[in-house]
Amino acid sequence: MGKQRILELAVGLFMALGLGAMFFLAMQVSNLGTMLTGESYLITANFQNVGSLKVRASVKLAGVRIGQVEAIKLDQTSFEAIVSMRISKNYAKIPDDTSASILTAGLLGEQYISLEPGGSDNYLQNDGAIMHTQSALILEQLIGQFLFNKAGEANVSQPTDPANKQ
Amino acid sequence: MIKQHKLWQSKSEVKAQITDRLAAILPGEILVNIKDLCFKRGSRVIFDKANLVIRRGQVTAIMGPSGTGKTTLLKLIGGQLQPDSGSIEVAGFNVHQLSHSNLYFLRTRMGMLFQSGALLTDLNVFENVAYPLREHTKLPESMIRKLVLIKLEAVGLRGAKDLQPSELSGGMARRVAMARAMALDPTLILYDEPFTGQDPISMGVLMQMIRKLNDASRLTSLVVSHDVQETAAIADQIYLIYGGKVMGQGNPKQLLDSDSPWIRQFMDGLPDGPVKFHYPAPDLQQDLFTHA
Amino acid sequence: MPRQLAQLGQTGLNSLGKLGRSLLVLIAITGGVPALLFRPKLIIRQLYIVGVLSVVIITVSGIFVGMVLGLQGFYVLSQFGAAESLGMMVAASLVRELGPVVTALLFAGRAGSALTAEIGLMRATEQFAGLEMMAVDPVRRVLSSRFVAGLMSMPILAAIFSAVGVLGGYLVGVALLGVDDGAFWSQMQAGIDLQRDLVNGLIKSLVFGFVCTWIALFEGHDAIPTSEGVSRATTRTVVHSALAVLGLDFVLTALMFRN
Repeated sequence: MGKQRILELAVGLFMALGLGAMFFLAMQVSNLGTMLTGESYLITANFQNVGSLKVRASVKLAGVRIGQVEAIKLDQTSFEAIVSMRISKNYAKIPDDTSASILTAGLLGEQYISLEPGGSDNYLQNDGAIMHTQSALILEQLIGQFLFNKAGEANVSQPTDPANKQ
Repeated sequence: MIKQHKLWQSKSEVKAQITDRLAAILPGEILVNIKDLCFKRGSRVIFDKANLVIRRGQVTAIMGPSGTGKTTLLKLIGGQLQPDSGSIEVAGFNVHQLSHSNLYFLRTRMGMLFQSGALLTDLNVFENVAYPLREHTKLPESMIRKLVLIKLEAVGLRGAKDLQPSELSGGMARRVAMARAMALDPTLILYDEPFTGQDPISMGVLMQMIRKLNDASRLTSLVVSHDVQETAAIADQIYLIYGGKVMGQGNPKQLLDSDSPWIRQFMDGLPDGPVKFHYPAPDLQQDLFTHA
Repeated sequence: MPRQLAQLGQTGLNSLGKLGRSLLVLIAITGGVPALLFRPKLIIRQLYIVGVLSVVIITVSGIFVGMVLGLQGFYVLSQFGAAESLGMMVAASLVRELGPVVTALLFAGRAGSALTAEIGLMRATEQFAGLEMMAVDPVRRVLSSRFVAGLMSMPILAAIFSAVGVLGGYLVGVALLGVDDGAFWSQMQAGIDLQRDLVNGLIKSLVFGFVCTWIALFEGHDAIPTSEGVSRATTRTVVHSALAVLGLDFVLTALMFRN
């Protein structure tokens, strides 16, 4: 019977080890840990263009991750994108005149939302909205704009002084 | 729902009938009746209208040269193989027409001893003998322990109960297998070549045990073998099989005194006779010089 | 030519027959699973043989694979100034791909081959016929418990592999090469999604466990009961399992990670 006991203990240890590994993967390796840390609240922001922003992208303030994008919808009347963000309750004191912009991490990285705090004494509440937003930079539009400006410069301001150039 | 219930009932009725009929057969009456048995393996004919009868309480021996399908016969009786035609009846039930569960029930009333013992290598001796009891009964552990020790005592291996099958000699493994085959107190016990490859001592032990167990536990034994002397010493009835047919039958004395050339050749172990020394082949001269 | 054609047809028919037999065996095996609920001891025994005895090889391989990932990942990522993403890279490769796949390959070599050999030898030594004559269905009694154990062990082993691999990557990346500790973990957590990565990895390893155990049990059951037949069956188990795992991994990846 002693042998059976050892067998059972070994298998029990094996199962515990497996569950421990799964727990470690879930809490330490995946985003579950950050998702579960305490309560959270929702805020929304309207963007003219969200570029390639995706659900679950980071929301950062001063470079620190404070939440993630919960959903991206289209407002059918204004044709703007409504982005709702889930922010951790740990960061409850975000001024209501904060502005949001969509930035890209590195040259080719993922897009994320960066919040720029304002100076108001009132804080964003659950379901509050951010008024000041800056859309994602769209590479094609940038290039188009750049070429258009260049062409305009070539036609109009070539004879004038080069300090006018940007 | 009702129909299912009925089906279940009729099945268990068959089981009850099997139990009743096995109990009703008296010593000397027919337990296994094999009629016109035909069996082919590929194109090779193993049995060709063979008729055999096994009587309750006797040790019946099936003998014949190697390759005559003696082991096949045991598998046919156990329902592991299907005959091409003919029938095998155990206690009046055609083995091959029983449903799966009834066949399994019938098997609990038969024990079979394989050549190698066929002990489960991941269990020790005790657990091997206890295995059929654990599978088919709901006896309490203390009862199982007693039964197993009694069976092991009967084969003289109670002291070996904690050994692993790999630690047993061939003869001991067969004795353990014998204890296991008898664990459920079967009516019929089938032995497949019990003497092959045994030294004289364990051969004698096995011989004596087959006879003793048969008489003490009121078993019916079927021994398949080609060891003439040993088998003749313990059998009540012997069938000689060759070429798919029964070539001779009778008690050992009748066969030993027989003057049929075929029986003489087998019983005396002559190299040539009605059974040819050569496997059927074209003429040697022809074979040597045609494909040059 | 006609003869070769006939041979080709014969091979095709044989493979088809084998496929059919394997399915029948699988059905018989699953038929025996419910009865096992009343006899957990049978499963515990097999879990020990299939699972516990594989832990060492899985752990050691996991550590080394994680360390290599840390090393190679660091060299590549630091060229782009993105060494902080090392944690994410190591964890993503392990959880999504290497964890389930390498575990399954090791499982086929360590546990699968042992299962095939054991069952093939049980048949060779008439143990299956013996069980049948004891009115015990050998497929149900012998194969079902091993099947359940294999199915249960694989996700556990894969989780251990991935977890240990992440630690191996941490060891090399953070302790040896000086990647920032906080960035290593936070990038990892930002990049690995519970549903998309962990759950899908778990599903993968379950599928692999199913397939590898099935192949191993079927090959053992279908082996010609001689020493040569068993050795061939063992080889087939390892080869077929590896092919099945790699092929299925592609299919599963295509299905799971298509955004």
